[in-house]
Amino acid sequence: MSSVENLTGHGTAVHIDTEHGHHEEHHHHETFITKYVFSQDHKMIAKQFLITGMIWAIIGGLFSVLFRLQLGYPEETFPWLEDLLGHWAKGGKLDPEFYYALVTMHGTILVFFVLTAGLSGTFSNFLIPLQVGARDMASPFLNMLSYWFFFLSSVIMFSSLFVQTGPASGGWTIYPPLSAIGEASSGSKIGMDLWLVSMAMFIVSALLGGLNYISTILNLRTKGMSMTRLPLTIWAFFFTAVLGVLSFPVLLSGAILLLFDRNLGTSFYLSDLVVNGKILPNEGGSAILFQHLFWFLGHPEVYIILLPAMGMSSEILSTNSRKPIFGYMAMVASLFAIAILAFLVWAHHMFVTGLNPMLGGFFVLLTLLIAVPSAIKVFNWLTTLWRGNIRFTPAMLFAIGFVSLFISGGLTGIFLGNSALDIHLHDTYFVIAHFHIVMGVASFFGMFAGVYHWYPKMYGRYLNNTLGYIHFWITIIGAYLIFWPMHYEGLAGMPRRYYDFSSWESFKMFGGLNQFISFVSIIVFLAQLLFVFNFFHSIWKGRKVTSTNPWGSNTLEWTTPVNPGHGNWPGEIPEVHRGAYDYGKDGKEFIPQDVPVGADESHH
Amino acid sequence: MKEFLMILIVVMFFVVIFQIAKASEYVSVLKGEEKTRKQNNKINAFLLMAFLVLGLAGAWWCNHLFYGKTLFPQGSASVEGEKIDLMLWLTLGVTGLVFIITQVLLFYFSYKYQEKDNRKAYYFPHNNKLELIWTTVPAIFLTVLVVFGLKFWFKITGDAPKDAVVVEVTGHQFAWEFRYPGKDGVLGRKNYKLTTGKNPLGVDFEGDKTSHDDIHVGATMHIPVGRPVKLVINAQDVIHDVGLSHFRMKMDAVPGIPTTMWFTPKYTTEQMKVKTGNPNFVYEISCDQMCGKGHFSMRGVVVVETEAEYKAWLAGQKPEYWSYNPAAEPKTPGTVDTAGAAKPVVAVAVKGNK
Repeated sequence: MSSVENLTGHGTAVHIDTEHGHHEEHHHHETFITKYVFSQDHKMIAKQFLITGMIWAIIGGLFSVLFRLQLGYPEETFPWLEDLLGHWAKGGKLDPEFYYALVTMHGTILVFFVLTAGLSGTFSNFLIPLQVGARDMASPFLNMLSYWFFFLSSVIMFSSLFVQTGPASGGWTIYPPLSAIGEASSGSKIGMDLWLVSMAMFIVSALLGGLNYISTILNLRTKGMSMTRLPLTIWAFFFTAVLGVLSFPVLLSGAILLLFDRNLGTSFYLSDLVVNGKILPNEGGSAILFQHLFWFLGHPEVYIILLPAMGMSSEILSTNSRKPIFGYMAMVASLFAIAILAFLVWAHHMFVTGLNPMLGGFFVLLTLLIAVPSAIKVFNWLTTLWRGNIRFTPAMLFAIGFVSLFISGGLTGIFLGNSALDIHLHDTYFVIAHFHIVMGVASFFGMFAGVYHWYPKMYGRYLNNTLGYIHFWITIIGAYLIFWPMHYEGLAGMPRRYYDFSSWESFKMFGGLNQFISFVSIIVFLAQLLFVFNFFHSIWKGRKVTSTNPWGSNTLEWTTPVNPGHGNWPGEIPEVHRGAYDYGKDGKEFIPQDVPVGADESHH
Repeated sequence: MKEFLMILIVVMFFVVIFQIAKASEYVSVLKGEEKTRKQNNKINAFLLMAFLVLGLAGAWWCNHLFYGKTLFPQGSASVEGEKIDLMLWLTLGVTGLVFIITQVLLFYFSYKYQEKDNRKAYYFPHNNKLELIWTTVPAIFLTVLVVFGLKFWFKITGDAPKDAVVVEVTGHQFAWEFRYPGKDGVLGRKNYKLTTGKNPLGVDFEGDKTSHDDIHVGATMHIPVGRPVKLVINAQDVIHDVGLSHFRMKMDAVPGIPTTMWFTPKYTTEQMKVKTGNPNFVYEISCDQMCGKGHFSMRGVVVVETEAEYKAWLAGQKPEYWSYNPAAEPKTPGTVDTAGAAKPVVAVAVKGNK
């Protein structure tokens, strides 16, 4: 077993094996700690992000099941809840304060820990070096730190679940003054400090990761891999990282000012307050300032979640249609347009805060403008399917599901982005339906598509197909059953974040529907456990991958051995001669990127 | 015991599904993986088509079940809200059309172009003309929506008419307070530092004489029908939101930053009882901005009545100043109806802190 030391262009020493296959156990310099814990291999870090994300997803999903029990069965009591939650569910009924804590943590966990770290952290790490043709990230060490900051952030957030006064409970958007004043809500006591510190660590992690992704994509592309030959996945990860690097620091500043207001007596966000009869001394701050800072990240965050799903779905749709992605340049341009506009629409979350109507007008215009690049993407995906020769792998089904959900949820964005209509729909169930479909479930579908598609590359084994199909069908049917009817509740004006509707003459007529939604969400949650089981079971027991390129795909990761070692390619990194989407060209089924252009090849 | 049984059933169900999945994998190896793959392809293509058909039918059925429960069959209860309803229909028309076209194409293409042995994928990497079309057409539709949307937006958020009835709304955990300007038509100044149990809104009774005729009531707001009503909105502790879904209105209540909103009620509460066929109908104010553990119970009531009823109600209210400074109350016994009068609402001091 010989191992050579190879220097990449940036002076990073990387160990690579010259032999294919089963070298993992025999690697000279790797111990258990350096291989599985403090690993600097981007592929291992990706798996760490993925598995941590999955654990968080189970917790966050379970929380939604718990509060859906309250919403669906407000009259019932569940004695086992008291066994599980103690004084938060006395007599088997959720305490309102804890209900709000569950809602808050569900949002925080899913948005940040699962769909940012778990999605972009996993696939940016896994695919960027493999698809641009690099041995590892620009800085493997910072990459490792990125995971461990995320881990630290996770530990802090997790610990906040166990403090006496409960975790943060002011909603994932943590608007002050509610989040700033402990007297206003018990979740705004120590739980909120832990939330803010955890988020600060999370932002450090996101920045370390993002800077690494950007520099790797810009500097470490293999020979011949011009920017316009990059797979769309990489373009999506690139814009995602840019969004994160530019917007997360703004959230950090917002969070730190909030920590100051909470603990040091400053008044950045506080003014004219009488809480529980107590007159507070703070004057001159603005509660709205926080909302600007928050949504300056918060809105790009939506695209941080969505763009990777778009990129991966594009790749998977093209591969499995056996056709080039339609309009590659238009796809890149629309990603770019979305990334720019993502920074210019944040105040559409604030139409009813008393914002200057003129300013609101500009934000309406810019918000609806995003629909144009989004429409281009949808039409291009549809045209990619047109006259293809489509293989329905579980990954492909999830990619198709992604497009369907993106259409459904994207269109309701046109309702909410129009300020006049938003007056009625703001903070109702319509909003819940909209963002769960378009960024929650759709991004999850992108993530599932990615896991099913690249699992063979991650573990050298396949996931069980039948379980994959069952998972897909339960999830897409369930997702529509849960969120589609919520639009009607929203049109009835039913507000979000209500613990109980029974005392409201205007909103109490949806009891049966709420029960139905809760029931379906439990089923869908259980179906996700099926996926988790499939995931872990297949790591050891899945069918082994025998060919290096099981999907007949063009991108570079399929030129590596079945189980690539640290350094990815045992020999030279392949040179790239073409774009990633030469499917069905000149009668050939597919032409990988490292195949030189033939003399008689047609030009398009 | 019941829970234990439930868990057992779920686990059993899992095991069964897993066994089937495992068995199907072995079968596929025996039968030849390529053959199984093609079979699965056919099944899933069919299911996608079935999903489209059943999904569209389901959407229709869902509409059939729930449309009647939304606020749109009864129409907007305010004049301004009609524009919002119009905007809804306009947007629904455009997006509904796009929704049906794109979803049908997505699933139909998936079904139609499923893998077949004799089919070759058509190499079609781009087409500038097509892409130009589907850039400009959405842009035109969106322009229409933006133009209408902004026209209504500026109308609704513009200045209230001069003759509007002014009511000051104050939110605190977890209730609403209302203040009327009294005979002089001027709301007295406030200073939050003056807040006490006797003066829960912090009105500057000493410094501003215009406050002496101001009327303060809790929980229920009375307004006349057919006249613009302007709400001046405040919050004392955290951000709340005055949600008036029947009027299609909503505005945040932000501590330290007063906001306003105005609308013209079209129907009295009594008329709405007939219109909706619900004898218990009330206009409700819902708090629409997360404000703490009692958020879901932060309910206010709006009574819309005829001008005469409204005037009579207003005349029956005592100025808040009288309860602040009992010496100021004129001694004319037996004339004032005290039933709905300003009970000093000291809720500020007691709520929320269990």
